Amino acid sequence: MSNEEKLTRIASQVRRDIIRMVTGAASGHPGGSLSSADFVTALFFEVMEHSPEHWDRSGKGNDMFFLSAGHLSPLFYSVLARSGYFPVDELSTFRRFGSRLQGHPSVAKGLPGVYEPSGSLGQGLSVACGAALGKRLSGDNHKVYVLCGDGESQEGQIWEAALFGAMHGIDNLIAMTDWNGQQIDGPVESVMSLGNLRAKWEAFGWRVLEADGHDMRAILDVFAEAGHCSGEKRPVMILFKTEMGHGVDFMAGTHKWHGKAPSAEQCERALSELEETLGDYKSIQ
Amino acid sequence: MEYINTGNKDTRSGFGAGLAELGRTNPDVVALCADLTGSLKMDEFASEHPDRFFQCGIQEANMVDVAAGLSLNGRIPFVGSFANFVTARVYDQLRQCVAYGNTNVKIAASHAGITLGEDGATHQTMEDIGLMRMLPGFVVLNPCDYNQCKAATLAAAAWKGPVYIRFGRPSVPNFTPAEARFEIGKAVRMKEGSDVTLLATGHLVWESLCAADMLEKEGISVDLLNIHTIKPLDEEAVIASVSVTGAVVTAEEHLLAGGLGELVAGVLARRCPCPMEFVAVADRFGQSGRPSELMSAYGLDAAHIADAVRKAVSRKNA
Repeated sequence: MSNEEKLTRIASQVRRDIIRMVTGAASGHPGGSLSSADFVTALFFEVMEHSPEHWDRSGKGNDMFFLSAGHLSPLFYSVLARSGYFPVDELSTFRRFGSRLQGHPSVAKGLPGVYEPSGSLGQGLSVACGAALGKRLSGDNHKVYVLCGDGESQEGQIWEAALFGAMHGIDNLIAMTDWNGQQIDGPVESVMSLGNLRAKWEAFGWRVLEADGHDMRAILDVFAEAGHCSGEKRPVMILFKTEMGHGVDFMAGTHKWHGKAPSAEQCERALSELEETLGDYKSIQ
Repeated sequence: MEYINTGNKDTRSGFGAGLAELGRTNPDVVALCADLTGSLKMDEFASEHPDRFFQCGIQEANMVDVAAGLSLNGRIPFVGSFANFVTARVYDQLRQCVAYGNTNVKIAASHAGITLGEDGATHQTMEDIGLMRMLPGFVVLNPCDYNQCKAATLAAAAWKGPVYIRFGRPSVPNFTPAEARFEIGKAVRMKEGSDVTLLATGHLVWESLCAADMLEKEGISVDLLNIHTIKPLDEEAVIASVSVTGAVVTAEEHLLAGGLGELVAGVLARRCPCPMEFVAVADRFGQSGRPSELMSAYGLDAAHIADAVRKAVSRKNA
């Protein structure tokens, strides 16, 4: 089996996890979780150097991942569990009282793999800049990854961080935008247009790469290219062109499933489109 | 002990001196500033440790979250700006990435209070104590002079977790001992007395000492505590004093809403109700003027503190 096939199979299970978690919690955000699922799966299972079993919050000796768009927590929790940060069956506690899997990522209950809380948008890119500077100061050559939403990029703070990252030449930072073109109220273009997003990041002094966020070969290639940009004294932004809700026909390409849980029947229908490749998580009550 | 003014100095310079000392003694300390390096007196640290100083430009929200990220691998970031710009302006960043994230970030807030003076109300922050003490886990410090601000800065670096240090712009009396250790959460008794408890914080500690001297001559014996730590409040010291005196006055360069006075009132309501008066700014904004005239106009100087004490004592004796 090729690497792409292996990762595509994992991504299918991750998508099943997302649908089942959101259905189980009767709340949560499937749309962006599904659109980012392929490249985040590639990141966790192929690209990042990390040791889930020996995780601690300092991130020393590891690549670090920050989820700036905290509402993609179902995706985040799935790839964390599936790559060994915590037991897969714990995914069944998503959004429940007392769970480590809070609605939006939290460090309060010590969930391995989460470095900082997120949920209030626009902050993760700044945090990632700080973490990358911290690595630079301590001579740790590992990288810092951060995922932002395209809607999230309407936040002014994203562009503060854009200036800051370029000014301080943070070239151990690889940022990603899930460019699915949808947000809660509708298409990004009609809610608050980002205009020429690529030109904007380039104008801010970043190395900008683009890839089809659902083509596993293209995803691996763009990460490889991004990895070679260290030493350029500027951060990298990968714009992943994606489709909100990708992988489930009735959720795809619309903002309507940004933050809505499927019914039991809709869940069954969604799961019928997604192969169970690694075994579904079991419910722990 | 008798406190005497050894010469006027600004409290922000105490912060700068503390930060410079930390720079030389603790390689984990880093500093960030948003285009106010000189005003915050961070330039000594910045020039001695350019690799550990991060100029953030005028983007405070980014600065706070960069600091949170820096803290993860063991750095101790000090984030400096004017009090307004590192509290109200960045409250969500402080809330999510510093308080909720429980990161080891130190927020250094200069030019706090009405004594900022001529810049006027946009910059005269008098809500910051309330804002910061509402954030779970935050330590809130409000040192009274240069020496104490320096000591507070060193103590903040040694404390594990989020700390807010509030200080000011103007030159004010420097009267606490340079060698005094700063113990977070421990009130300092400035003057022992039996008729009334006076709880003062920040610039108003000196004003309260002056007021206590005036009152002594009238036969009113003031038990004066310097509440340099608003949170965690030294409840035991407050209760021990108030249970002897039976009357209390609080004095702060802050709005009544959310400040030290309300905090103390809440404690006393539960544990030791007694007549209480508040020296604080009523529900209004500041304005331009000289610090001394603003202190008088807004009812924060020694004369107003003395009035409040007389009122509390007369209510107790009524």
